[in-house]
Amino acid sequence: MADPMRIRAQAAAGKATVRVLMAHEMESGQRKDPAGKTIPAWFIQDVTASHNGKQVFSAEWGPAVAKNPFLQFVVKGAKAGDKIVVNWKDNRGDSRTDEATVS
Amino acid sequence: MTFSKSVPLIASALALLGLFASGAWAQKSAIEAIEEYRAMMQDGNPAELFEAKGEDIWKTPRGPKKVSLAQCDLGKGPGVVKGVFVELPRYFADTQRMQDLESRLVSCMETLQGFNAAEIAKTPFGKGEQINVTALATWIAAESKGQKFNLPQAHAQEKVFYEVGKRLFFQRAGAHDFACASCHGTDGKRIRLQDLPNLTKNPGDGVGFAAWPAYRVSNGQMWGMQQRLNDCYRQQRFPYPGFGSDATVALGVYLGVNGKGAVSVAPALKR
Repeated sequence: MADPMRIRAQAAAGKATVRVLMAHEMESGQRKDPAGKTIPAWFIQDVTASHNGKQVFSAEWGPAVAKNPFLQFVVKGAKAGDKIVVNWKDNRGDSRTDEATVS
Repeated sequence: MTFSKSVPLIASALALLGLFASGAWAQKSAIEAIEEYRAMMQDGNPAELFEAKGEDIWKTPRGPKKVSLAQCDLGKGPGVVKGVFVELPRYFADTQRMQDLESRLVSCMETLQGFNAAEIAKTPFGKGEQINVTALATWIAAESKGQKFNLPQAHAQEKVFYEVGKRLFFQRAGAHDFACASCHGTDGKRIRLQDLPNLTKNPGDGVGFAAWPAYRVSNGQMWGMQQRLNDCYRQQRFPYPGFGSDATVALGVYLGVNGKGAVSVAPALKR
């Protein structure tokens, strides 16, 4: 199973800044292994985030996103104590969901 | 949409812009631009992912004996993690050896959990159990973030290793007639755009020995001090001294004692 994400969410002036670190290889499909064989692409395809159960963010990613990606976004109206849930799904069908409380 | 990609991209674009704008007339501003780039990346240092992994591995019962590392003595008593990083390498009475953080972790994995230490030492960096050793070292280093280096020099072996490390640091050999001191022996040197700290004295807070383990953005790898030192030797066209070898531990003692009083920023973020 995939390693957990690190999610930090901080509220200030009626909005919360959410910062997410995801542990993922993000293989581009362009690299070759020492034997010369292409390493198959393996990357996060879908990212969604919800605020107290309501979806506030969704993105479709491709193989050009860096390894161990960092994502930052702002949620309007989120305040301390609210729950932020982030989910990703990769092209192998693997997925990971983690949650954090806004502080 | 590639939201996350745009963040480091914008960061590097800005850093490059800074380079072009000012690089022509002042080398210092190029370095400042790189510093700025690092500061922007620091916010999302992926080393945090390895910290979380290391903490989990420390607490999880593993190995043939199915126990956790909670009783591992890293120099301040069994199970004490905070503050140990800034006092390593040191002499351990139970193994009767000088050990650094990573070699000590491997001997804990052998005595407590039943792993084969020799086998782990032979495993290439970034493979198998070595991944876990690096993650553990990352978490333990992070637990001492902000503390000042203060390596013990009370035991006779600790003094011997300092002297040995010093000699190794200045020993010239290999195809290029190179020594650590060739690059790290004077102030103000650089390789390409990377500053090279002068490691014969205290290089300052969070530089050199006080910065590893570190996450390398360019290859997406987490490196411990053992890998750093072994790779330094590779760059000098020496054979690998080997994981946890006396040579690398002695160099660690030399660098660590020289850096006395420097604040640890490990796990750091490198280019």
